[in-house]
Amino acid sequence: MSAIYILWLRELKRYIRSKAQIVASLGQPLLYLLVLGFGMGPVFQKAGHGSYLQFMAPGVVSMTILFSSVFSGIAMLWDRQFGFLKETLVAPVPRIQIMIGRTFGGATVAVLQGLLILAVCLIAGFRPTNWALLPVAFLFMGLIAVVFAALGTAFGSILQDMQGFQLIMNFMVLPIFFLSGALFPLTDLPKPLAIITRLDPLTYGVDALRGVLIDASHFGLVLDISLLCSIALAFLSLGAYLFSRIQL
Amino acid sequence: MIQVQNLVKKFGDFTAVKDISFTVEKGEIFAFLGPNGAGKTTTIKMLTTLLHPTSGKIQLDGLDPSVAKNEARQRFGIVFQDPSLDSEQTAHENMELHAVLYKVPRKVRAERIQQLLALFELWERRDDLVKTFSGGMKRRLEIARGFLHTPKILFLDEPTLGLDPQTRNQLWTHVKHLNETQQTTVFLTTHYMDEADRVAHRIAIIDHGGIVAQGTSLELKQQTNSESLEQAFLALTGSTIRDEAATSADQMRQVAKMWSNRR
Repeated sequence: MSAIYILWLRELKRYIRSKAQIVASLGQPLLYLLVLGFGMGPVFQKAGHGSYLQFMAPGVVSMTILFSSVFSGIAMLWDRQFGFLKETLVAPVPRIQIMIGRTFGGATVAVLQGLLILAVCLIAGFRPTNWALLPVAFLFMGLIAVVFAALGTAFGSILQDMQGFQLIMNFMVLPIFFLSGALFPLTDLPKPLAIITRLDPLTYGVDALRGVLIDASHFGLVLDISLLCSIALAFLSLGAYLFSRIQL
Repeated sequence: MIQVQNLVKKFGDFTAVKDISFTVEKGEIFAFLGPNGAGKTTTIKMLTTLLHPTSGKIQLDGLDPSVAKNEARQRFGIVFQDPSLDSEQTAHENMELHAVLYKVPRKVRAERIQQLLALFELWERRDDLVKTFSGGMKRRLEIARGFLHTPKILFLDEPTLGLDPQTRNQLWTHVKHLNETQQTTVFLTTHYMDEADRVAHRIAIIDHGGIVAQGTSLELKQQTNSESLEQAFLALTGSTIRDEAATSADQMRQVAKMWSNRR
């Protein structure tokens, strides 16, 4: 257990110490929130869906968590590069503990990033329908973070160099974000898009957050939570398996 | 303590380690010498569970490291040839993390960390981030960390690369001390023949993935009619200079250099 803790703590320390990185990683979500939120707002309103800022705030929070948690897993490339990964891999600690420590450390950092963006959303004028449900929202944020930190660990375990990183970014992370319904409502979608969005794990995360924060869930919280938990378990197992097979 | 039989490692078509066998007794200091790219580090990686052998048998203290991984890992410590520190943490935090991973009892932890950091003259800088350290300081920290727990087997992969004579001396004195007082078995590689001559009980010379000679320093000299171990080494391995192919790690190091302001 102490091995898990110390590796979890390491991820947190690194996060808190890299102030520049914290600011930099908030840039993109802020752009989405402010430019799309206010730019698309009038059109969205005219179409009869209410405030676009209200609608997309949960999406932008999910996006922040998605990016941050996948990156934390892929940051393993740096540890591979700078050698620290070796130090942990030869240690007499089962690899599953090392993987869990890293993954949950990354997930915790992602939740912190998500909370920052949520705070920005509140400042920008976002208002949850029921403030009492905010802690439940934190819970879902944590669940989203675990799902994608585990996926990040799985990627990080296979990737050998930076070229692969671009590949993951353009063909996995961005599609996961754009197809999740973070930016558009899931009602009345064309058939193919409707199917693809349903295959995207983030869809259920965004939907759950929307359910809790603005009382507008498409699938219902029960389906969301059970799917998210199953996906988290599946990705954690996949991550643990791939991590255990790393050779240097 | 270490038994290797017919060990082979292939990367695709390339055979990095060709059917090597050797034994290291308990309490022995064993030097593994060879030119660049001879297969030293690959062998150490297989011994320390980082790589799976293609074929052959390894036993560490009677355990097969590819099966009983954690039990085997518990028995050895290693100082790597490449850096393996966390540059975003302080010297002390790096030591602390290692102590936790290797289950150094909490009671002795603080004391040992202080002793070792002082021994390698890093105590004053304990709360500085490793990324602010010079190359020599990082190396010293790496070595201090390797001594933090007291393993039965200590692997040292070119530990003195880039060290000043003072630190080198400190290192070998400490290694000999551990070997004499705790019966620690030491498996080392180095390019400095004088070091091997000075500390090693037995020496194996590896070239092109195969062991070309084994024995004490004296035996190797007699076998080749040489006066020094360096001459013996050159007689056995020839004097052509070897190139190592750049690995993906080296390529990434290039990228990392470009980005090095991040770290």
